[in-house]
Amino acid sequence: MSGIKDRVAIVGIGQTAFGKGLEDTELSLACQAISMALDDCGIAPSEVDGTASFTMELNREVDIARNVGFGDVTFFSQVGYGGGAGCGTILHAAMAVATGQCNVAVAWRARKRASKASRPWAQTPQRIDDQWQWSRPFGLGRPVDEVAMLMRRYMHQYGGTRDHLANVALAFRKHANRNPNATMYDRPLTREQYMEARWISEPLCLFDNCLETDGALATVLVSADRAKDLPQKPAFVHSAAQGLPPQHQTMINYFNDDPLLGPSWAAADQLWRESDFKPADVKCAQIYDAFSPLIPLSLEGYGFCERGEGAEFTNDGALEWPDGRLPTNTAGGGMSEAYVHGFNLVLEGVRQMRGTSTSQVENADTCLVTSGEGVPTSALLLRN
Amino acid sequence: MATEAKFLLPDLESEDAAPFWAGTARGELLVQACGACGRWRFPPRPMCPYCRSVETKWEAASGNATIWSYVVPHPPLLPAYAELAPYNVIVVALDDDPKIRMVGNLLASPEGAINEIDPASIVIGEPVRVVFQQIDDVAIPRWVRK
Ligand SMILES: [Zn+2]
Repeated sequence: MSGIKDRVAIVGIGQTAFGKGLEDTELSLACQAISMALDDCGIAPSEVDGTASFTMELNREVDIARNVGFGDVTFFSQVGYGGGAGCGTILHAAMAVATGQCNVAVAWRARKRASKASRPWAQTPQRIDDQWQWSRPFGLGRPVDEVAMLMRRYMHQYGGTRDHLANVALAFRKHANRNPNATMYDRPLTREQYMEARWISEPLCLFDNCLETDGALATVLVSADRAKDLPQKPAFVHSAAQGLPPQHQTMINYFNDDPLLGPSWAAADQLWRESDFKPADVKCAQIYDAFSPLIPLSLEGYGFCERGEGAEFTNDGALEWPDGRLPTNTAGGGMSEAYVHGFNLVLEGVRQMRGTSTSQVENADTCLVTSGEGVPTSALLLRN
Repeated sequence: MATEAKFLLPDLESEDAAPFWAGTARGELLVQACGACGRWRFPPRPMCPYCRSVETKWEAASGNATIWSYVVPHPPLLPAYAELAPYNVIVVALDDDPKIRMVGNLLASPEGAINEIDPASIVIGEPVRVVFQQIDDVAIPRWVRK
């Protein structure tokens, strides 16, 4: 047995509406998304025997299982580090199916911004005894501040500009404007609006930030053999990896030798090593975008360009459907579709493999999906 | 109507960091060093990642550094910080070992507030030196231009 390459597929997807202040509880949203994903592939809930989600997910397996009606669950896993976890849940589920620890695995994420876990930075105790004592007392309090610090350094070191970040924000907004499920479906964004937007943490403005979204999304994974008999075109897990580089400090990664070399690089090494595709073969990508600077950093980490060229890469509509070199976040991403800790990127990757995206990339035979840069991360290469 | 806005502060009893904060209270910027191989590391932790020794000592840095990067936060922020916004936060690289970086703020004077420097004047690479500001029972290391 060698690896998981193409041995497991995502065969079912489900998602609730996205919004702010949704009435349903987080548990209800999670159960509804999982239920829809099971209906999507025609698998009975009693067959589900594996689960994977985020350590930050507030809905426990026991509660999901007794609501949706799972059978004996023999594998349950949680992946850490917030937005770094999304593709990792798919990796864990795929490994469990490939090794026979379970047969039908569900991976999901449900989140309400009103819930306690939504804005962890606002819950910092006044006396800090962990890693945050080295940053938060100084007013570096939010993830946006932490990422802005890296972006300012990137601008100094490599010459990235706000125009490059606007390229990112505008591309994803255009894709959202084609996706009726996207939060920003009917809200176009111009470069002028971007440039005039209020600051959040200079050099980042409002439109460099992801949305805050209530919603839930779920996937169902089974073996490639089983996938053949199911109604939907399978999205095979071609390669997947987690990444935690040496001397990394989550979110405040200023203390290692080379802070602009983020976890993407570690995940990418493993991802491409196991893959038949190279970056040049990839025609579309879903890249974790809690903040716009994560796009140039990830483009470099995953090998779409050289170091320091990620900002330049975004020029000439490179991220835009249909003609860009690498149409990215084709449903709008975290910045314009919904921010559900990046799990919506996984589902858009699956839709690209099915041929059902609202910004469908022609002849897309593989799609890269990534999770958070700047935190211990994970990535996924799907193929059809 | 002023609510009492509170700054976030380190827990001075933090297991690995207590000597650092005891140092700032005496006006010293201490860096944890390996008791075996001597290399510096920051933030402090129990084991040396270079030689795996758990012997540690603390050595005084010169207090000279250069600005490595900076940001200027705007609201929404916790109340104590929102009152001062926009202000600067910098990361400095110590002259003694530029791989040792610390988060801080750039002040116009040792007693100044974190919002007194024009952010447009901040230059990556400019030299700074440490000062200590007392907030409650904590001496917070911040930085002024040299
Ligand atoms: Zn050592």
